[in-house]
Amino acid sequence: MTGSRYACWVALPLLVALWAAIAQITDTSLLPSPANVLQSFWLAVESGELPQHLLVTLRRVLISFALAMALGALLGVWMGRSRFANAVLDPLLVLFLNLPALVTIILLYVWFGLVEAAAVLAVVINKVPNVAVTIREGARSLDPKLEQMAQVYGFSPWQRVANVWLPQLFPYLMAATRGGLALIWKIVLVVELLGRSDGVGFQLHMAFQVFDVASILAYSLAFIAVVQLIELALLQPLERRASSWRNAGAQHA
Amino acid sequence: MLELRIDGVAAGHPVLGQIDVQVRPGDRICLLGPSGVGKTTLLNAIAGLDPRLAPMIHVQPGLRVGYLFQEHRLLPWYRVRQNLKLVGAAPDDIERLLADVGLADAGDLLPDQLSLGMARRASLARSLAIKPDLLLLDEPFASLDPDRAAELRELIARLLDEQPQMAMICVTHDVRDADQLANRLWYMGGQPAALRWDRPVMAGTSASQISDQLRLLCV
Repeated sequence: MTGSRYACWVALPLLVALWAAIAQITDTSLLPSPANVLQSFWLAVESGELPQHLLVTLRRVLISFALAMALGALLGVWMGRSRFANAVLDPLLVLFLNLPALVTIILLYVWFGLVEAAAVLAVVINKVPNVAVTIREGARSLDPKLEQMAQVYGFSPWQRVANVWLPQLFPYLMAATRGGLALIWKIVLVVELLGRSDGVGFQLHMAFQVFDVASILAYSLAFIAVVQLIELALLQPLERRASSWRNAGAQHA
Repeated sequence: MLELRIDGVAAGHPVLGQIDVQVRPGDRICLLGPSGVGKTTLLNAIAGLDPRLAPMIHVQPGLRVGYLFQEHRLLPWYRVRQNLKLVGAAPDDIERLLADVGLADAGDLLPDQLSLGMARRASLARSLAIKPDLLLLDEPFASLDPDRAAELRELIARLLDEQPQMAMICVTHDVRDADQLANRLWYMGGQPAALRWDRPVMAGTSASQISDQLRLLCV
């Protein structure tokens, strides 16, 4: 048990060491060493390029994420609560779930031009079905006994949503958030690569043109770090706080 | 205050049949009958939870119905005090109610931290928090040990004494409840289920006398 605390520090250093060794042996600019990547990273930070593009991408991620979560949650709750809505919308959901992200992006750029709205919309369209499917599961599992209680005690619709539904949907919302963030930032990079002139995806595109692998890795690692930071600093504390009532009950039992 | 003109067969109801009955203020009704006959179904219908039967249940406008479900149905993510506040109880009333049901110190606990008996009393406090004209109790003494059940029976009897105008319908298996709480007995049976028996309980009627009468009825 004590070993598992440090076990997470095994794989990553091993990977870096392996990477450094292969880079040393092959000695080619197509596989820069970790030190080279770090150097590229510092140069990009110092020039202000990396923070600027990172912020642009982050803003796109957050806007599309917020829109996708809001729309997906509404759709999911509606489909989970109404058999009719589910029957009507389910085929569409299946269609959009299986539509490749790339196709949506290309079509929206073709129809609306290489504009910001098309970029954000493409990401939202890709993500909404995933959110809806997850939240639909949650809405289906809402406890009917608590629904009866809310009805008998005359809860207003708002009271019901805030006090009865949201706490039950919270684990599903968290699951959608986790999966959502991971998926969305990857799609945003593709969107930027194909049709924007700023953001991490655009920078990757530029680096690709000149085979600047060090920059590609520097930008990718920086963004992975940012997403991980959001997870650690925002999502995990939120989840701990909201599920504290479960632990209290378990301790008693 | 409440008039039931239920024709379950006409409404295509799977359980209930013909039930024509009135409930007046101060009525303390114990609803007896075999398991699965539809007692909870009737209680739910009275609480307005069965849309098919809603048109057949005539409720005096503004009637407040408190319902003690079989499970506590408190919101597990809120503390006991918040659960009472959510149905609209004023802070002073909350403290008084908690003291009334013997949970003065338990207001800050979560429902999952309560024992079965405590959770049921917390739920009872919530059903009283809305100042009900009609109190529905669904097997309030089930799965409690005999001492806890007796305590709760006395508690409910005392609370009812304090509010002579409040009506009560209590589903139970145990005729002793009728002896202590009721001034009127309903016996439900048959398929589709109907009220086979609706009669007053005379003061001083013992549980064994009620049982004897019920046995006659069931034969």
